[in-house]
Amino acid sequence: MNLLDYFLSKRKKSAVVAKERLQIILARERVDRSGPDYLPALKREILEVVAKYVSIDVEQVQVHLQREGNCEILELNISLPEPPPASTNQPMGHSAAN
Amino acid sequence: MATIIVVTSGKGGVGKTTTSASVSTGLAKRGFKTAVIDFDVGLRNLDLVMGCERRVVYDFVNVIQNEALLKQALIRDKHCDNLFILPASQTRDKEALSKEGVGRVLDELRDSFDYIVCDSPAGIEQGALMALYFADEAFIVTNPEVSSVRDSDRILGILQARSKRAETGSTPIKEHLLVTRYSPRRVEAGEMLSLKDVQDLLGIPLIGVIPESEVVLQASNSGVPVIHFDQSPSGQAYDDVVARFLGESRPMRFLEPERKNFLRRLFGT
Repeated sequence: MNLLDYFLSKRKKSAVVAKERLQIILARERVDRSGPDYLPALKREILEVVAKYVSIDVEQVQVHLQREGNCEILELNISLPEPPPASTNQPMGHSAAN
Repeated sequence: MATIIVVTSGKGGVGKTTTSASVSTGLAKRGFKTAVIDFDVGLRNLDLVMGCERRVVYDFVNVIQNEALLKQALIRDKHCDNLFILPASQTRDKEALSKEGVGRVLDELRDSFDYIVCDSPAGIEQGALMALYFADEAFIVTNPEVSSVRDSDRILGILQARSKRAETGSTPIKEHLLVTRYSPRRVEAGEMLSLKDVQDLLGIPLIGVIPESEVVLQASNSGVPVIHFDQSPSGQAYDDVVARFLGESRPMRFLEPERKNFLRRLFGT
């Protein structure tokens, strides 16, 4: 790879960056909008409860609301961290995040 | 029975008032009796852009609160006989725009006009919500820029959920994307979202592209809607928008950078 290639490939045009960022944020905001009004609050409260017992990363949580016929499926996907090797049993009242 | 058009965007400064002034003028020039209403209560601006600021006596809120008759508040445009401006109030706040009051004024206008253009304020508060609530069609004014695109998407969500048509379950508001302040040169350099990018992101039909141009500022400086500047690309682009809105098919123009020849480049004209 010569020097010219290096500069041409490395620099992503800012318009491309703008489009990629917008694709992500618009998709997320459209999901928030399409769900019922209580969905953001429901999501937040469930996470608060889970966080009382396990240390979770809020960014690692996916919420999906699917409609199949007249039945709605709320899917919450929370990635739990690897348990530390020494203490596999964490005390119940352990509050790791808020 | 008039068609109600809202000119909206969410974000401020993208060209809503410029568009309202030019689209309403374009419709009136083609013979349609048109009213244009400033919904930006507290910050009146449409009158200035249309050059009738010194003729404002009564305003939209006066009519809503029965302090003036509609025909007393409507200002006849100095260029087009069948164009009327209903200015916003400067002294009240946006809460003065009640759904009942706005509905009543629009009903009264509907009987005697062909088109009613509602110039929305920025934001998503009462003034903006009332400007779009009764609409049949919407112009979504968008700059090729991240915050404008995001806010336009937000406004589309509101049109689809909180307008009268959405609430009553009738045919949805017809949406038209209008991209303004477009700079083909910067798009070519990869510094600005392209028309296709904006269309892909928002996913609504395009009605026109207004190129970035100093004529728009000259027009507002002099209080003459830019569509009257029929030698300028922006004026011509607005004329295309109105023609397309009325069903004519016109190709998009001003999408390529202007190529200056050697001599013009040398003399910087």
